[in-house]
Amino acid sequence: MNSTFVIEKSVVIVVVFALTMLMAMYSTWAERKVAAWLQDRIGPNRAGPLGLFQPLADGLKLFSKEEFFPNTPNRFLFVVGPAIAMSTALMTSAVIPWGDKLHLFGRDILLQATDINIAILYIFGVVSLGVYGIMIGGWASNNKFSLMSSIRAASQMVSYEVAMGLAIIALIMMTGTLSLKEISLQQSEWHWNVLYQPLTFLIFLICSFAELNRTPFDLAECESELIGGYHTEYSSMKMGFYLFAEYANMFISSTILAVLFFGGYNYPGMGWVLENWGVNVANVIGMAVLFTKLCGFIFFIMWVRWTIPRFRYDQLMHLGWRILIPLAIINIMITGVVLLRSEIAVYFGF
Amino acid sequence: MSELLLPPEHRYAKIIKERHNEDGSELSILNLGPTHPATHGIFQNILLMDGEKILEAEPTIGYIHRAFEKIAENRPFYQITPLTDRMNYCSSPINNMGWWMTLEKLLDIKVPKRVDYLRVIVMELARITDHLICNSILGVDTGAYTGFLYVFQFREKVYEIYEEICGARLTTNMGRIGGFERDWSPEAFRKLDIFLKDFPVAWKEFENLFERNRIFIDRTVNVGAISAEKAMAYGFTGPNLRAAGVDYDVRVAQPYSSYEDFDFIVPVGKSGDTYDRFCVRNAEVWESLSIIRQALDKMPEGNEYHAEVPEYYLPPKEDVYHNMESLIYHFKIVMGEVPVPVAEIYHAVEGGNGELGFYLVTDGSRTPYRLHFRRPCFIYYQAYPDMIKGSMLSDAIVILSSLNVIAGELDA
Repeated sequence: MNSTFVIEKSVVIVVVFALTMLMAMYSTWAERKVAAWLQDRIGPNRAGPLGLFQPLADGLKLFSKEEFFPNTPNRFLFVVGPAIAMSTALMTSAVIPWGDKLHLFGRDILLQATDINIAILYIFGVVSLGVYGIMIGGWASNNKFSLMSSIRAASQMVSYEVAMGLAIIALIMMTGTLSLKEISLQQSEWHWNVLYQPLTFLIFLICSFAELNRTPFDLAECESELIGGYHTEYSSMKMGFYLFAEYANMFISSTILAVLFFGGYNYPGMGWVLENWGVNVANVIGMAVLFTKLCGFIFFIMWVRWTIPRFRYDQLMHLGWRILIPLAIINIMITGVVLLRSEIAVYFGF
Repeated sequence: MSELLLPPEHRYAKIIKERHNEDGSELSILNLGPTHPATHGIFQNILLMDGEKILEAEPTIGYIHRAFEKIAENRPFYQITPLTDRMNYCSSPINNMGWWMTLEKLLDIKVPKRVDYLRVIVMELARITDHLICNSILGVDTGAYTGFLYVFQFREKVYEIYEEICGARLTTNMGRIGGFERDWSPEAFRKLDIFLKDFPVAWKEFENLFERNRIFIDRTVNVGAISAEKAMAYGFTGPNLRAAGVDYDVRVAQPYSSYEDFDFIVPVGKSGDTYDRFCVRNAEVWESLSIIRQALDKMPEGNEYHAEVPEYYLPPKEDVYHNMESLIYHFKIVMGEVPVPVAEIYHAVEGGNGELGFYLVTDGSRTPYRLHFRRPCFIYYQAYPDMIKGSMLSDAIVILSSLNVIAGELDA
């Protein structure tokens, strides 16, 4: 490992980190603008043009608020909760391929913090750690509403991770790799996975909503029942961390959806651009394309949130265990049959 | 933990002690309220929960009891409308009109047809706003916020109409004995026309958003169902009773304010569950719109806006300053010198969420001897613990908002 490699990776990591933070910040702004648009309102428009400085103002406000501690026996865990939520939300972005590579200063710079061959497993692992932030925070709050919320969140995460994992198995059977870089490369031009695996995409999308704790699965923080859910007792930037983590997760989920199913940075005609205009132009456009796709998903997630009601706890469990998991298993079987069709044909002597 | 917070003689303490769940879990107590975002007002429910399931509920009322009935005993008749405003504040004009009609019944005053029709219009507008709030808040409580804000702007439009009529918005304090304090301005009618044109479009969209929404149906069908017999035994009236399948509507059963002149349907539900209550209210909004249109069409010519009862109708201030008779009547009314019969009467109107009754006993003095408001919310809330037993926490919230229990009316 030489020093240039370290510098290169550091730059990429800092850029990715900054990007995640920036996207999370501006997702809050976008959420309010989208909500306003759907609800026939104007939305934030005081701080800066189009209210663009609103996230900064909000951040400043949260920093300046009183650090409130409830009467809890465990102050340490009370602080650890939002920290876990925030750090897990930021960890996932490490394995996302933002583009193929750039050719700068005589080197090929991989537009990915790290390309590990178990990227999908890594994401699953980190995302499932995220629930600990909510559980610990909810439990340490010493509030019944928070506790109920964290119980809901935990059971919801566990149930939907099963369906999500099963759904992704079908995809991995097809791609044959767990590396996101490989999966992106396989989807060049128009070979997007969503066209081959629509059912997987559907299950994965629904489970993403559940993992994100967003409507219609926002049982953990539904304000009409549990006041604020797990962050009822939080104030100041600890509260801000929870909210921030939610939006960072939304950004990452959208990116993963785009990378796994919508071709990542690939776009039709990328090969032509690569040949004629060079690798840098092709990949810069690629990054822009990936951003367009993931912004589309972010918009979709917001659109859903401001349109439909939420499930009840038992209905949520019903959907997870009795509909999505069987559907995912059927999906695996269908994928298996399609992949092994020639062997099956030979076996049955067609 | 639960034992520590409860007095040992409390019945929940006993249940918790005696209950042994197979998985070793304990029951818990949850304080839903007094200030909880879903209660839309201040009332407390102490729930005994087994996980998410509600085993027992104990409601506490009176957090905003303002002793209106007692205050009314010390107020001249014409000063009681502000109290009625503050009962069901989502539809205060109905309360105001109901009170004036009670007094007109007491004093045997016949009001002109035009006043009746104007009152019908304003009461139906109030009913629309009441149902609009109830149904859209039900949406909010199930998690869909957009529908609420989308139709909420039309409540604002209705409030602008109120503003044109009486100058106030939420607590309208509208009208006088025998009619209105002034004629409706052309602007009021213009705003009404715009409302009648724009609102149905938005309301249709709102209905489409919810009525066939799978999640919403799952959340509301068979949730908080109450049978017709039980509902009647509790004393339910209004949309909540009609949702259970009983077609009792005060506007039809004992018509007041010329309701018999209008042609409208009394929508009824079947099972009395949350979804039926939602649909009945939706349908009633359409009927109210139709009644308003009919009233505008049939409106008698002229500009009569009050009955000729100078000894009870508080004259406008301009007349008081320039006109001898008005000055005398103003003095007599304000000082309580007008004759009031000794009587005991009951008058009911179809309020926003049920039969709103005024039971008035007079002893000939300037104030009521006794005034009782029959407040539908108070009656619904008795049934609430019974309705949520065995359901989940989320259901309890939805049932509460579909019953349209309004704290101001509950506690009065």
